[in-house]
Amino acid sequence: MNTEAQLTGHISKRFDQELEDIRNQVLAMGGLVENQVNSGIKSLIASDSDLARRVVEDDHKVNRMEVEIDDQCVQILARRQPAASDLRLIVAIIKTITDLERIGDQAQKLGQNQLELIDAGVSSSKFAKLEHLGELVSKNLNRALDAFARMSVDDALETIARDAKVNDEFESLMRELITHMMEDPREIKSALRVSWSARALERIGDHAKNICEYVVFLVLGKDVRHIDPVDQLDL
Amino acid sequence: MNISVTGELDSSMSTQLDLKHSDRHVEVDGFDGTIGENIIDDPKISTRHVDVFYDEKQAIFDATLDIGRNEVIALIGPSGCGKSTYLRALNRMNDTIVGCRVSGKLTLDGEDIYSKKMDPVLLRARVGMVFQKPNPFPKSIYDNVAYGPRIHGLAGSNAELDEIVETSLERAGLFKEVKDRLHAPGTGLSGGQQQRLCIARTIAVRPEVILMDEPASALDPIATAIIEELIDELRKNYTIVIVTHSMQQAARVSQRTAYFHLGKLIEVGETNLIFTNPRHELTENYITGKFG
Repeated sequence: MNTEAQLTGHISKRFDQELEDIRNQVLAMGGLVENQVNSGIKSLIASDSDLARRVVEDDHKVNRMEVEIDDQCVQILARRQPAASDLRLIVAIIKTITDLERIGDQAQKLGQNQLELIDAGVSSSKFAKLEHLGELVSKNLNRALDAFARMSVDDALETIARDAKVNDEFESLMRELITHMMEDPREIKSALRVSWSARALERIGDHAKNICEYVVFLVLGKDVRHIDPVDQLDL
Repeated sequence: MNISVTGELDSSMSTQLDLKHSDRHVEVDGFDGTIGENIIDDPKISTRHVDVFYDEKQAIFDATLDIGRNEVIALIGPSGCGKSTYLRALNRMNDTIVGCRVSGKLTLDGEDIYSKKMDPVLLRARVGMVFQKPNPFPKSIYDNVAYGPRIHGLAGSNAELDEIVETSLERAGLFKEVKDRLHAPGTGLSGGQQQRLCIARTIAVRPEVILMDEPASALDPIATAIIEELIDELRKNYTIVIVTHSMQQAARVSQRTAYFHLGKLIEVGETNLIFTNPRHELTENYITGKFG
């Protein structure tokens, strides 16, 4: 769809500008969060403590953006009393930035876990499935942000469906970690930390899925939460 | 409309989730009928294929709309869209305009509103009207309300008339404010009070339907809120059709909303849906402020 035309065209050009600004900020926040997640994953795979530390330190930037965008949404609600697609856009943005902030928190957890693993002298790189899970989650987050930017219902639905693969990969990794722990109890401590990172990745996948659900709501006005379209999509 | 959803989803999914939204109306120029729930069961007022002309100029084109019992229905649309003309057709207020013709079928409880047997004076008692500008008679508060019941012979005695006046003022939410000065002139009241006096005057003749043409547009926000609260209260006993330029007002007071555009009834639906997810591009444009 033509997102420009949906946002613009108001008699009030200033309102057009406000919506455009706020949307650009959400895209910028999405870019920052995506960067945090990718750095978190990279620090995990490469056992890179500098990168892990930077991810932890940069989380406040994501938090600050959430507060700023939230404030602007409240201003628009109060001053413009948006209706129909404008209202859905603002509601979708308020929800999206909450999920983005939580994705940021999970990226921060990736960094923290990695720092602790490095401190303990353990490498997570021996878990190839963790890398694969990271790739899947990173791609899904990218797709979700893309669906939001282009307001594409098709992309959003496809990404929602792909979350099932993330969940499968997570379960499979957990089984592998449990096997490790059973085989050698000395591995329990490090395997638990790896499982926390895996859990954080899986949660990022869930948040990306939520963002896609808001895209469907924003474009179609339909709420697809909690009805599991994954089962109904043949992808 | 720029929401063009081209989702080619699995067919089973689209049936279950109705995600394709192929029902979203995208015609801009052509009018191929009202979309939404314009026809309902057991309506109080039913209008079918209504055309209204002022001499050669057609103001309403083929409007079909039912008005439900005890509902507040809001008619919205840009200036000149025909919403007031449509409203005035419901109690034959257009009869007084030279050159105005109404065709189509309009019924009140199944009775033909435009039948020769229908007395317009009695019709207007059953379908009362409140106007944009409060227009109390230059009489006392009491006489303003008592006027209708007197000419329609609704009161058998002075005590009965007192009762009607008090009840009507009570229902219009004005009695407490004026009970000590019922014989003071109605024109001495504030704008909001005058409008409630006009509503009391309308109620006094025991109408079934109340038509309101921008009833709060000349009032301040407090007086507006009082009128809106009153409309909600009145809904228990009356059917209300309100024309308003304030979309927030339509959203606040009505259960259904009808959108008119250039004399055509474009879309009718539950107010909740019209203001969150309208189906027609023109409705969407109007309520998001996109007409240039």
